[in-house]
Amino acid sequence: MATITRQAPVLPALSGRAGFGGTLRSEFTKIGSVRSTYQTLLVLFAVSVVIGAAISAISANFWSNTPPADRTPFDATQLSLAGMLVLGQLVIVVPGALALTAEYSTGMIRTSLIAMPRRIVLYLAKAVAFAVVALVVSLATAFTAFFLGQSLLASTHHSATLAGPGVLRAVIGSALYITLCGLFSLGAAAIIRNTAATITAMIGLLFVLPVLVNLLPWRNDLVRWLPSSAARAISATVWNSGPQNAHQFSPWGQFAVFAICTAVLLVVGGILFRKRDA
Amino acid sequence: MDVWRASAPEGATPTPSARGGEEEGTVPVSSNPMIEVRGLTKRYGEVTAVRDLSFDVLPGRVTGFLGPNGAGKTTTMRLILGLAYPDAGTARIDGKPYASLAYPMREVGALLDARAVHGGRSAYNHLLCLAQTNNLPRKRVGEVLELVGLTEVARRRTKGFSLGMAQRLGIAATLLGDPAVLMFDEPINGLDPEGILWIRTFMKALAAEGRTIFVSSHLMSEMQNTADHLIVIGRGHLLAKCSMEEFIARASGQTVRVATPQADVLAKAVAEAGGSAVSGAGGTLVVSGLLAEQVGHIAFEHGVQLNELTVVRASLEAAFMELTADSVEYRAGAEGTQGQPAGPGQPPRELAAPGRPGYDGRS
Repeated sequence: MATITRQAPVLPALSGRAGFGGTLRSEFTKIGSVRSTYQTLLVLFAVSVVIGAAISAISANFWSNTPPADRTPFDATQLSLAGMLVLGQLVIVVPGALALTAEYSTGMIRTSLIAMPRRIVLYLAKAVAFAVVALVVSLATAFTAFFLGQSLLASTHHSATLAGPGVLRAVIGSALYITLCGLFSLGAAAIIRNTAATITAMIGLLFVLPVLVNLLPWRNDLVRWLPSSAARAISATVWNSGPQNAHQFSPWGQFAVFAICTAVLLVVGGILFRKRDA
Repeated sequence: MDVWRASAPEGATPTPSARGGEEEGTVPVSSNPMIEVRGLTKRYGEVTAVRDLSFDVLPGRVTGFLGPNGAGKTTTMRLILGLAYPDAGTARIDGKPYASLAYPMREVGALLDARAVHGGRSAYNHLLCLAQTNNLPRKRVGEVLELVGLTEVARRRTKGFSLGMAQRLGIAATLLGDPAVLMFDEPINGLDPEGILWIRTFMKALAAEGRTIFVSSHLMSEMQNTADHLIVIGRGHLLAKCSMEEFIARASGQTVRVATPQADVLAKAVAEAGGSAVSGAGGTLVVSGLLAEQVGHIAFEHGVQLNELTVVRASLEAAFMELTADSVEYRAGAEGTQGQPAGPGQPPRELAAPGRPGYDGRS
């Protein structure tokens, strides 16, 4: 440390103003520079692939013992994605919430807002950066789970290929669903501003609420409005006319319900993020 | 590894940029205020944290923002930076609200809380993500790290940083954009003497380059060696704004205590000479407005016998404490009865209190 640069060059003049582009880059730096991102996304990948593979392997193992009546409808695609849809959705809410709540718990939010006081710009950059990262990881997870699951189901002669009807939609749609779960959590985090409370609320909404609704006599009328119903619909390649499905929208329709819920939550979160003292 | 010492031995004047001159006395002092606060008011429920606060902060000097704990210093800074929204009034930086500045970090560097960082992020990445928001070049991160002497720990996660290191990291962040205005909230809290000296020197050097330095503290002794100008608040409103010299002059304002059997004669003579004398404790006279020599000379001229002639010099700390005493007492005494006195339009108690030096409180 003997030499010290005493004179920093004066910064070059810049026109325009600090805006979305720089803030988005900043948010990617933030996501990429903390361990929790890698940890949670690795857990998402591992849990989804391992559980999906386990379910597929078990199904293949018991295939010969399964009476033909129970074999249909057999949705090999959905089966391989089940781990991601059921447990992965609970994992992705953690980085989704942390994207905002970690800034509140550490006080970093004030430092961030001093750097970028235009709050909606900061909020949007956060949401977009998270969505991009979550989507990339979710797509990788979904395809890995799909291919691994199908190879394990090969012995049933009912395994799916991407060329099959609705299969590509199911795989990509499942990745989109996971991304939406994360964004939903981010929107909730902007409202709740606390990590534990946000994650608890998400688990209640995605995991507990569907179970409770299922106990109600009006469940068939309610279930289509649940965000979590998008998971089963978007990942289905065999859409039978059973009593449950009869009351649901199409896969993309069911997905749209969740997408609209997420958008509303993100807007409410954004308004509060803009309005409240930091 | 001695991070703290890294840049200190190089001398007492760290120069944050090539902007300023080394010579003393050639400071370009513009009279345009860089920070303008007008009628700022902020309430938290029943509590008014900041009440109708107005002041200017000028470039080329260190302006100390002084007040007891809980006086509203941090709230005021948060309002200036747009972190909190005022219930009334405005705060402008170079004529604009903070959020409207084109590149906020290139105009203002603000450090409110050195611990307000994500501990899992390295010092380098912390500064990088801040720099990117304002399109600042990546190499600037390395430069400011070097400037504050944190280059060696740049890749370490900030969780393990001592308060002194965190404070330096916070200062590095404020310098990223080479801003003309710098704001520090209690920067000396928790630092060791070496760190305190480093920050003081740093702030003075920044001011000497023509920058606007606005620094808060609850200790007069800290400001005494650093600030050129003072803004004193208590209980959320303005108690004084004046230059440090003025504050010192008033605080140590040549009060002379005289013990004499001919008090009447002396009091009259003092008044004729342009001073003022009031009866003090134990039959003494307290003379203000005249120097001790002058009082002695008057006594001699009038043949007044003096038993004692003492210059009474209040310390700055004492002057500050006296100035803010009411606001502190008031706060403590008002616990059970909130939302009373000093409503808008009513002069602040502190200024109306008798015997208080006539600081330029409200103009």
